[in-house]
Amino acid sequence: MSTVLQDPQTTETPNYLNAEYGWKSWLFTTDHKRIAVLYLISISVMFALGGVFAMLIRLELLTPQGDLVNSDTYNKFFTMHGVTMVFFFLIPSIPATLGNFLVPMMIGAKDLAFPRINLLSWYIYIAGALFALAAIVMGGVDTGWTFYTPFSTTYSNTFVITAAVGVFIAGFSSILTGLNFIVTVHKMRAPGMTWGRLPLFVWANYATALIQVLGTPVVAITLALVGLERAFHIGIFDPAIGGDPILFQHMFWFYSHPAVYIMILPGMGVMSEIITCFSRKGVFGYSFIAGSSLGIAIIGFLVWGHHMFVTGMSMYAGLYFSLLTMLVAVPSAIKVFNWTATMFRGSISYETPMLYAFGFIGLFTIGGLTGLYLGTLGMDVHLTDTYFVIAHFHYVMVGGMVVAYLGGLHFWWPKITGKMYPEGWGKFSALLVFAGFNLTFFPQFILGYLGQPRRYHAYAPEFQVLNVMSTAGASVLGIGFVIPLIYLLWSLKYGKPAGNNPYGAAGLEWTTQSPPTTFNFDVTPIVTEEAYTYSKKHEVEVG
Amino acid sequence: MQLPLWPEAASAVATEIDYLYIYLTVVSVVMSVLIFGTIFVFAVKYRRRGDEVPEPIHGSLRLEITWSVIPFLVMLTFFWWGAKIYFLNATPPPNSMDVYAVGKQWMWKVQYPEGQREINELHVPIGRPVKITLASEDVIHSFFIPALRIKHDVVPGHYDTMWFTATKPGRYHLFCAEYCGTEHSGMVGWVTVMEPADYENWLAGGGSSGTMAQQGERLFEQLGCSTCHLLDRQGRCPILRGVYGSRIQLSDGKTVLADDAYIRESILNPNAKVVAGYKPNVMPSFQGQISEEGILQLIIYIKSLGITTAPGAPTAAALATPQDGGKQ
Repeated sequence: MSTVLQDPQTTETPNYLNAEYGWKSWLFTTDHKRIAVLYLISISVMFALGGVFAMLIRLELLTPQGDLVNSDTYNKFFTMHGVTMVFFFLIPSIPATLGNFLVPMMIGAKDLAFPRINLLSWYIYIAGALFALAAIVMGGVDTGWTFYTPFSTTYSNTFVITAAVGVFIAGFSSILTGLNFIVTVHKMRAPGMTWGRLPLFVWANYATALIQVLGTPVVAITLALVGLERAFHIGIFDPAIGGDPILFQHMFWFYSHPAVYIMILPGMGVMSEIITCFSRKGVFGYSFIAGSSLGIAIIGFLVWGHHMFVTGMSMYAGLYFSLLTMLVAVPSAIKVFNWTATMFRGSISYETPMLYAFGFIGLFTIGGLTGLYLGTLGMDVHLTDTYFVIAHFHYVMVGGMVVAYLGGLHFWWPKITGKMYPEGWGKFSALLVFAGFNLTFFPQFILGYLGQPRRYHAYAPEFQVLNVMSTAGASVLGIGFVIPLIYLLWSLKYGKPAGNNPYGAAGLEWTTQSPPTTFNFDVTPIVTEEAYTYSKKHEVEVG
Repeated sequence: MQLPLWPEAASAVATEIDYLYIYLTVVSVVMSVLIFGTIFVFAVKYRRRGDEVPEPIHGSLRLEITWSVIPFLVMLTFFWWGAKIYFLNATPPPNSMDVYAVGKQWMWKVQYPEGQREINELHVPIGRPVKITLASEDVIHSFFIPALRIKHDVVPGHYDTMWFTATKPGRYHLFCAEYCGTEHSGMVGWVTVMEPADYENWLAGGGSSGTMAQQGERLFEQLGCSTCHLLDRQGRCPILRGVYGSRIQLSDGKTVLADDAYIRESILNPNAKVVAGYKPNVMPSFQGQISEEGILQLIIYIKSLGITTAPGAPTAAALATPQDGGKQ
């Protein structure tokens, strides 16, 4: 590429980053790529905040006595950790950043179908985040991120309504992003970009968007009812005024279980892109990976009751939810097997994104298998509400989703910024994240089976050694997250120019310049081949 | 420093759960080794050596079916085994001894039909099924005994039951497993599993203010229940002798089994299910005026007034409390 030879400081080609300058050009932009960057900055702030709460939790749990902060403060720590991480980082993470940036480019479109609604969704997200931050600044919330009734509606003395309003508002941002993606994928595909040629990342975001649009209204309604009962004592959930606390759990998990798939599906999409690129090979079982995303989206709506096996639900309901939980594991397994088969007879290289992909498969597999323990009725009775559950969902959410997000961020960083990150540091921090993560969360499986309940400020002394290991691991993990922050920011100024396609990847987004121009393509591309066609063209360009 | 890796098992169910856990773990390890091993081999064997561009392999229906169906069949064995234990846990044997536990921010209040009461302690004998009726005074709690591998949420407004047969004497943790506010992690106690003789000694010792039924009787009089429900001759309200366990005809034409939940509801919300032939709005609600422990005592007292076994209600006999049946 000619740009490699030029000094990027002086002779930058026009692109979406330098098309306009000034804060207005960002805050009033309708460019999906700039909105993606706005989201990237916002969710990084929330991730850092959630991470600080996580570190405080782990510090408190270094000793069994509960001597660092008092119980109320500790309860607020884990609540705010959960609320910021789930609603303000994990749910928007990949769709709002990488999805926003890439979905239009991958299908050969100039932008999303509704660019202004896209900007609106960011403002709504910010409004929701401000409410959540206000709840923290005013004194915090202590209900746990699950807002279980009647504790949240009647007994908690903290800023429940403020936080619930924040989550309620942020939900609309999620719905609008989902809506935008669905319409975009249906209506904006370039000529020749048939459904069967869509990159799997697009399929994953499409399936995610379906859940966002169908599921999020339910959690919005549920939280609105919590607010109404808390403010006006309308008896919906509190039995003392005629309500049913279990009703809340049904409504909450009807959204919040599918929300798990909002969080993980886009990460799976990232995996399909990275693994094909670094195996330099077409994907194995395209239609099974694409179809399994839809399968997860649909079956995911039918399994919420597995969060409630010990609430006294009918044992026949328990059977149903357990059986369907086993079924929903099948499409996830299909993906893992197909990624593995994709590597067969590939040409595999080990750049940073691929290291994250290896990490993802390992950690997500463990997360998925331990999910089967929890879907097994009699087993769940012992394990639910213990550290086993904490370990399980962190293996899926952090080991799966955050690792996929970091892998994707590294993979497309050259496209987003036009710069390369330092490869050595990238590999080092990927390994650090993997090691730190396992040291943090693996001991928690054992703690859970031993019986340490979750959300405990103080714990039985015999659990200390495993907790110390966990806290030590969290420190390593924290460093593993800070290092990329530093070198990615560093690369903005000092990184080597990336070139259009530094990894020799297939996909329309790699045919544009890096960073792309405002409208992505000078000429609307015409697609004539399947996704991941590595064998015919795409000579390796070393950026 | 202690580093326990396996919890104690103090019941047959706990041992069974351990076997299930081992089975799940063996399958998981085998699956993980297969997947990670394959990826490792591929990553090394097919590492990039130059500019080669391998030919794509589009897929294989046979493989897809194989790796969908076989794992699912394995999962069905998890499902089956787990469901078996879950069903076993759901149905207390008819000869269970009764214990009543009330969760309250942030303590467990335990009472025995014999009149013993304790806080954050539970004493049970080995070899005998124990059925615990759970009630909550405020928010949702969860009664969790790791050594027995059982827990059950304690939901306000409901009675929940759990049961177990302990087999190994010892002192085991009792935890609240559902987050319930400030001192959630302080809502812990001990389960003492004893030899039957020791248990009888323990039960006989300790000052008591009479059996639960006697305590219930005192409440029944203090709250003025007896005026109408035992002594009344004007027909304003039903006499409660022999009501427990019977099937009651309601004024809206439905029938209801007079069990613990029905009696509790009738105390707190008398107009919810009015007995046929009686008027609503006669009895005041006792919501907020009586603790969950008190309600349980009243139920035991009403039970002591005679149990009827309703036709088509086989559980009524199981609900009988052998210790105080026919007393007073």
